[in-house]
Amino acid sequence: MSTYALTDSWTMTRRELAHWARQPVQLLVGLVFPVMLLLMFGYLVGGGRGVTGDYLDYLVPGMLALTMAFGLEGTLLAVTQDLNKGVIDRFRSMPMTNGAVLVGRSIADMLQSALGLAVLIGVAYALGWRAHGSPGGFLGAVGLLLFFRFAMLWIGIHLAMVAGKPELVTAVQILVWPVGFLSNAFATPETMPGWLGTVVEWNPMSHTATAVRDLFGAPGGAPGHTWAAIVWPLALLAVFFPLAVRRFGRLSK
Amino acid sequence: MADPAITVEGVRKKYGGKGGKVALDGLDLQVTRGTVHGVLGPNGAGKTTLVRILSTLLRPDAGRVEVAGRDVLTHAREVRFRIGLLGQHAALDEELGGRQNLEMFGRLYHLGTRHARVRADELLERFGLAGTGRKPVKQYSGGMRRRLDLAASLISEPEVLFLDEPTTGLDPRGRAEVWDSVRSLVGGGTTVLLTTQYLEEADQLADRIAVVDGGRVIADGTADQLKSLTGADRIDVTLRDADQLGAAVALLPVPEDAVTVDADRRLLSAPVTDRMTALSSVVRALEETGIEAEDIALRRPTLDEVFLHLTGDERASDPRVKEAV
Repeated sequence: MSTYALTDSWTMTRRELAHWARQPVQLLVGLVFPVMLLLMFGYLVGGGRGVTGDYLDYLVPGMLALTMAFGLEGTLLAVTQDLNKGVIDRFRSMPMTNGAVLVGRSIADMLQSALGLAVLIGVAYALGWRAHGSPGGFLGAVGLLLFFRFAMLWIGIHLAMVAGKPELVTAVQILVWPVGFLSNAFATPETMPGWLGTVVEWNPMSHTATAVRDLFGAPGGAPGHTWAAIVWPLALLAVFFPLAVRRFGRLSK
Repeated sequence: MADPAITVEGVRKKYGGKGGKVALDGLDLQVTRGTVHGVLGPNGAGKTTLVRILSTLLRPDAGRVEVAGRDVLTHAREVRFRIGLLGQHAALDEELGGRQNLEMFGRLYHLGTRHARVRADELLERFGLAGTGRKPVKQYSGGMRRRLDLAASLISEPEVLFLDEPTTGLDPRGRAEVWDSVRSLVGGGTTVLLTTQYLEEADQLADRIAVVDGGRVIADGTADQLKSLTGADRIDVTLRDADQLGAAVALLPVPEDAVTVDADRRLLSAPVTDRMTALSSVVRALEETGIEAEDIALRRPTLDEVFLHLTGDERASDPRVKEAV
């Protein structure tokens, strides 16, 4: 039983990887989009401030965190599409491990996000951005980003199962923009009106971005924030992971 | 029926909580091993709900359900090893090719990678899909998709196979393909439960037919038994001239309101009790009045007559029933 849990999860992961191979353009667009945002904000918006090394130092961790947050859309879309297809009925009428569908989704999404981080960091490097911290700090930052993405993943799975309709995907695709931008990804809260600054500071994504800045030795970082970048995603997971798993088991009601 | 493949006792299912729609209202059914049991009913009769409960996709609110000798609620996993499901909508990964689909399902049935590959090739060959290569399922024709779906439901060589309206939405050619496949399965000893809105399909494929309406079985038997439920045999008289239909009605040996008239086909049809007497009296009456008949036939009632008789005449306006005629 437990060995089947592993093989079933691997089979479902392979299914997602096969989808990538079938739809390389889709994967590519997903990877290029954050790069486009980085260039836009770095040169168009940041241009107004003069693209100093300092702003890139500030912007890159924010963009990395934003990319992780936007990953929620991809998860939501993929799970919604799966649930609305007949194939989920076949999976559920088969003697496979119940959660394998979700595990496969998680692994594939995490792989894609790791790839996304690598591409974005590579492009930033080419633009002249450098991490100033230690190699350990660098790995820690990547770990925090992926942990945040993991929390987003389970929010996405849960939302997909609660609503399960393509209409919701569109709504969420629009909503992630204000939520993503109401963070310190592009600007420090100090430059904002007081109430807005408070909202921005509470955004879980801001904590991750701040912690990553610290570990990269970039301006805008604060040493105390690493714990917040662990606690927030952990809290989100504590809520959404059990909800999503329970919901998945209840699909048969 | 000592050891039925499927036992359904008093199963109830209601959707959407209070004031919701009752889909199954105390349904009972027994299916003998190695037979094809048709479940015939109009849209909304509860056929799909029944299949979803039998295939462990849906929990009943009440009642007992056993498939292949196991309770679907307490032994769902064991049941899943023994069933195959062909739902109304293709249960396939549309992005992947036929072989990829079958291999994936084979691995999920824990056949092992190598065996899953062999089995996939076997099934592709058997269902005439061997040449499809890497073409994604979304580019398949309706008939091909249905055959691949059927192949997927046979990977584990199931004891019990559920076919939920397997030919709905297919063109006549696709329908014939699916029928052939089902017939070839039955020889192998698989028990098949087949739901359909098409009377012809049930008549063609099923050993026994359960007629379902309003979430209950309202009749269950062989096609012949069901046909005898409407009682009498029928006499059909086709006239040469449609204008004489009115006059000819009086010649049939039954009360006038028992005669059905089909003006388009210039056809009169009436139930009869004594076949030979009825035939000779009609022939004699036609000769005496000089009304010319093109054809006179004695026959058993068709399943659609049985169906309309059982479910009430308001169904006659259901276009799907007509389509099936």
